[in-house]
Amino acid sequence: MKHKVNRHKEAVVRNARTTEAIAQGIRRRVFEHTIRANGGYLSQACSAAEQLAFLYNEALTLGAPTRPMIPPPFGGVPAACNPGYVTGAGYNGPAAPDYDRLFIAPAHYALVAYAALVEVGRMAPEGLEMFNRDGSSVEMIGAEHSPGMEVHNGTLGIGLSTAAGLAWGRKRRGEAGQVCVFMSDGEVQEGQTWEAVQAAAHHRIDNLWAIMDVNRQQCDGAMDAVMTVGDIAAKLRAFGAVVAEVDAHDLAALRQARATPHEGRPLIILAHSSPTQGMAFLRRRFPRLHYVRFKSEAERAEMNAAIAAELGIAPVDLGDM
Amino acid sequence: MEMVNRPYATAFEAHALANPEVLCLSADLTSSCEIDGFRDRHPDRFLSLGMAEQNMLSFAGGLGLAGFRPFLHSFGVFLYRRPYDQLMASVAYPRRKVRLMGFLPGLTTPGGMTHQAIEDIAVMRTIPNMTVLEAGDATEVESIVAEADRVDGPVYCRILRGAVPRLFATPMRLGQVRVLAEGDDVLVVTAGIATEEAMRARGALDRAGVSVRHLHLATLKPFDAATILAHAEAVRFGVVTLENHLVTGGIGSMVAEALAEAGLPRRLTRLGLQDTYAHGGSRPYLMRYYGLDALSLVRAVERLTGQQTGIDEAALGAVRLEAVHSAAKAEAL
Repeated sequence: MKHKVNRHKEAVVRNARTTEAIAQGIRRRVFEHTIRANGGYLSQACSAAEQLAFLYNEALTLGAPTRPMIPPPFGGVPAACNPGYVTGAGYNGPAAPDYDRLFIAPAHYALVAYAALVEVGRMAPEGLEMFNRDGSSVEMIGAEHSPGMEVHNGTLGIGLSTAAGLAWGRKRRGEAGQVCVFMSDGEVQEGQTWEAVQAAAHHRIDNLWAIMDVNRQQCDGAMDAVMTVGDIAAKLRAFGAVVAEVDAHDLAALRQARATPHEGRPLIILAHSSPTQGMAFLRRRFPRLHYVRFKSEAERAEMNAAIAAELGIAPVDLGDM
Repeated sequence: MEMVNRPYATAFEAHALANPEVLCLSADLTSSCEIDGFRDRHPDRFLSLGMAEQNMLSFAGGLGLAGFRPFLHSFGVFLYRRPYDQLMASVAYPRRKVRLMGFLPGLTTPGGMTHQAIEDIAVMRTIPNMTVLEAGDATEVESIVAEADRVDGPVYCRILRGAVPRLFATPMRLGQVRVLAEGDDVLVVTAGIATEEAMRARGALDRAGVSVRHLHLATLKPFDAATILAHAEAVRFGVVTLENHLVTGGIGSMVAEALAEAGLPRRLTRLGLQDTYAHGGSRPYLMRYYGLDALSLVRAVERLTGQQTGIDEAALGAVRLEAVHSAAKAEAL
């Protein structure tokens, strides 16, 4: 197991489990949730489990969470009359100068991100049970006040720009902490993504880096069928980013990619992933993978048994449902 | 009447130098927004973000998250039409202290539809957490910089550039309505460049024996409905609003909402763009063509009072607006 160099003598949360185990745990939790809830963002867990496990367990320097392990209910939106408002960033630890910051740019990955928080001990398992419940802060599309979130990213393409601004500001202040964005490949269809890359390169914002889950899927189906985006790496390089390309499920490759020098430029790691990794049973649904739901009880039972077997766990007990 | 050259340039530079958290952002309209001198003298405080407003809005949200107070400079239209989604999600929702400096409000540009911010007040005032300000003269351009920067959240400002008349001797203050005249026939409510027009109209109306009560607004949101109502109650014939904006969603709508919610029965005439786009042309031409000038206001007052005043273009041209430092004060208060 790899330990990140400890910049903080005391407060850094040290990883007690392997990143592989955490990735597997993310898949298991999202699978169980999807079966129980009769639907969920399951393919995103398949593609992104290693990436989020890598970020939380190794790559990011984060302090201990400052928020209750069981998320409090929705506490209102930001407003002058709501002075007690807080974001969900405290689940990633305090916003201290030496700590890194993480934005989950595709906010519909929230279920996967919440599962990651549970796996690394930053949120209680009960938090996941509040997912998408009325009055809960654990929202379906991660909101600013949702655990692990610091900004609204439900509108795709705005995450990297916001992170670039924050990173510029942190660099100006001389803060050691970096800004990391978890991105999705669908976002490269948005013009703002390219505006963000060119601005980050123009202003030499190199305390900014991103991992992009390149699963070649979007809401309507396979990206090539919806809008061809061409060679993402070549385009990003042309706009001024340093790009590393890896197999998203190869943790050694992710570690190596993170170490890529990128002085004066943002680093974007293209993590080429499979939207059915670890759950081969989902392949029969291709290309309708964005949100997995069941048409019948029989279908749900079949998937419950098949994927549980693939994950090496017991099927979800649906006896009382 | 005194004309002040580039009051924004001077005021912004002074304010930014006194406030290290203030940053100057531009989207390729640096000299057009009078910040070219600032860029040249203080390059470390200036961020060029190019013709990419969507990124600029979210980037500014990130700067706000890092504790800075970025001033975004562009033409008003470019700060909200294309980057509306980013304005909502990255700036307004999280209440970032982002200062949107919108130049060329309404018909103050010959640039036509693509350059004329004619619905910016309507858009901005419906955004939760947003404050909306508008400068009406050189003194307000000078004071709007520091006033905007006092706002605990995002703020949109309509800014006047170039040679700007000085109408007021006292700086604008957040939330404060200027009472320019306290007549009892008709209440006229204006903001921005419409105020100068209304002052000309008032001069002629006074001579014709029409007693005008005139309010000037520099803070459009939060809207001071109570003050408007108190003054509306004090007049006999009704209320006229004149704005450099569509009549829907702007000052006319705000006054209408205030009257209706209070159940105060006063006739209301809303002058401004009447559900139409404008085209390109000079400011005096456009204000005449679209009925935003002093003569249009006089005619609206005549319709409300039922009295013909005999005021024509020549009579309005003869009205002299006194320099504010002379004995004739522009403001009643």
